[in-house]
Amino acid sequence: MKLLTCPLNGPRNISEFTYGGEYHPMPDPVHTDSRQWAEHVFFHDNAAGVVTEWWCHNASSFWFLAERNTISDEVIRTFEASEIFNQRIDFIAASTPEGSS
Amino acid sequence: MPFGLLKYGLSNDYPAKHHFTPATELKKHYDVVIIGGGGHGTAIAYNLAKYHGITNVAILEKAYLGGGNTARNTAVIRSNYLTEAGVKFYSESVKLFNNLSNEFNYNVMMENRGQLTLAHSDAAIRSFRWRAEVNQHLGVRSELMDRQTIAELVPNLNMSEDSRFPIMGGLWHADGATARHDAVAWGYAKGACDRGVELHQLTEVEDIEITQGRVTAVKTNRGRVECGAVVQAVAGASSVVAKKAGIPLPIHCYPLQAMVTQPYKPILTPHVSSPQVHVYVHQTSRGEFVIGGGSDPYPLYNTRATLDQRETLSAAALELFPFLAQARLLRQWAGTTDMTPDYSPIMGLSPVENYYLDAGWGTWGFKATPICGVTMAELVATKKVPDLIKPFELERFYRFEQINEAGATAASH
Repeated sequence: MKLLTCPLNGPRNISEFTYGGEYHPMPDPVHTDSRQWAEHVFFHDNAAGVVTEWWCHNASSFWFLAERNTISDEVIRTFEASEIFNQRIDFIAASTPEGSS
Repeated sequence: MPFGLLKYGLSNDYPAKHHFTPATELKKHYDVVIIGGGGHGTAIAYNLAKYHGITNVAILEKAYLGGGNTARNTAVIRSNYLTEAGVKFYSESVKLFNNLSNEFNYNVMMENRGQLTLAHSDAAIRSFRWRAEVNQHLGVRSELMDRQTIAELVPNLNMSEDSRFPIMGGLWHADGATARHDAVAWGYAKGACDRGVELHQLTEVEDIEITQGRVTAVKTNRGRVECGAVVQAVAGASSVVAKKAGIPLPIHCYPLQAMVTQPYKPILTPHVSSPQVHVYVHQTSRGEFVIGGGSDPYPLYNTRATLDQRETLSAAALELFPFLAQARLLRQWAGTTDMTPDYSPIMGLSPVENYYLDAGWGTWGFKATPICGVTMAELVATKKVPDLIKPFELERFYRFEQINEAGATAASH
């Protein structure tokens, strides 16, 4: 069976993991209209080539990111989400009364 | 008999004529360029030429005619969907399929053998009652079936109450059918080419030129072609081609795997599907058992076959039909399914004025081939979106008006 290396648990059978969708940065919650939200939620790059995507190790509920080639199915590397998400996102400031319409 | 064969071999009828004359040189300009030479692309070209008098049409196919998902699907035709938009659309397609051999004067080997979807739980029975009501309301033959009738209809089905998921009932769809998938593409291509359409194989679209919101030309590996309008009908390559026109799509591509056994004597008449154990089985007119419907668990642009899917499909098929344990597998393959979030297709207008979309065909593309040809050709010829495909426009995602097609195979498998 194909193996995937979990950054927390090491190499495991890929059947232990769940694919979690493409990684794409969230739009700024204050300045995003419903059209842009629709695009963010439903539309995908769906690239044929190297993509960055979310995976979850089911048994430990550990979410991480992987770079994978969607043509050859080679996993280039897996890494912890903290590599990208290295700053706090302040949702409270974003949900002011003006911005919450 | 040998004498007759010899006579045929020496006669003018042999070798048989080609179905159509392959086009040679690309012209500088076409009124309509269709990207993708599968069932859908050829069906659109056929309808444009035959019913709208538009014959200056080129079908650009990067490989060969009907070699993509047209050849890789499992040739299931049915219309027992759940949404009003879906049932209306697919039932028109089934009607067209029933007359397709006459339409072409070419045998597509249509066989109306019916389709049985199995329920293994109370929840499934409830949802099938709902589907049967919706279907009957819209004129589709669809009804709930009890255990005894199922046992009589499919005597070799495992009706044991000791199995992992005993069969509690089913949804019987008398309109369910199958046809020779290759013949559908060949019939459309032949009819289109006889009327002046050019089919260019080994012609890959590399770039799409857009000026002031209109597509003006496509660049191919064989040169640049100017065009009045473009239709993309490329299934698994939908996102990649649409990106060349700057159009984002809500699609993810997953391989869907299926397999067939060696041919055996006819023993199974209808198509039998189980959303619970994730498998469907039917016997082709050649005698092979088609075992299908395994989606890979993550997106991929690759049509390799995996041992994982072979194991799960085999296990599920044996649960329904234990006698298949004796059958030998002949081949296993995959097709790239372009899945949409709501299991409905994306058809119609795009943000580019004269660029039309025929995408998002996931696991429901083959059965929609004839109606797709009719409606997309009407759209290209009249520039008006036919009512039948209006609900499937790309714009629905921006308005949060998805068509949640829970009757789609992949929605349950």
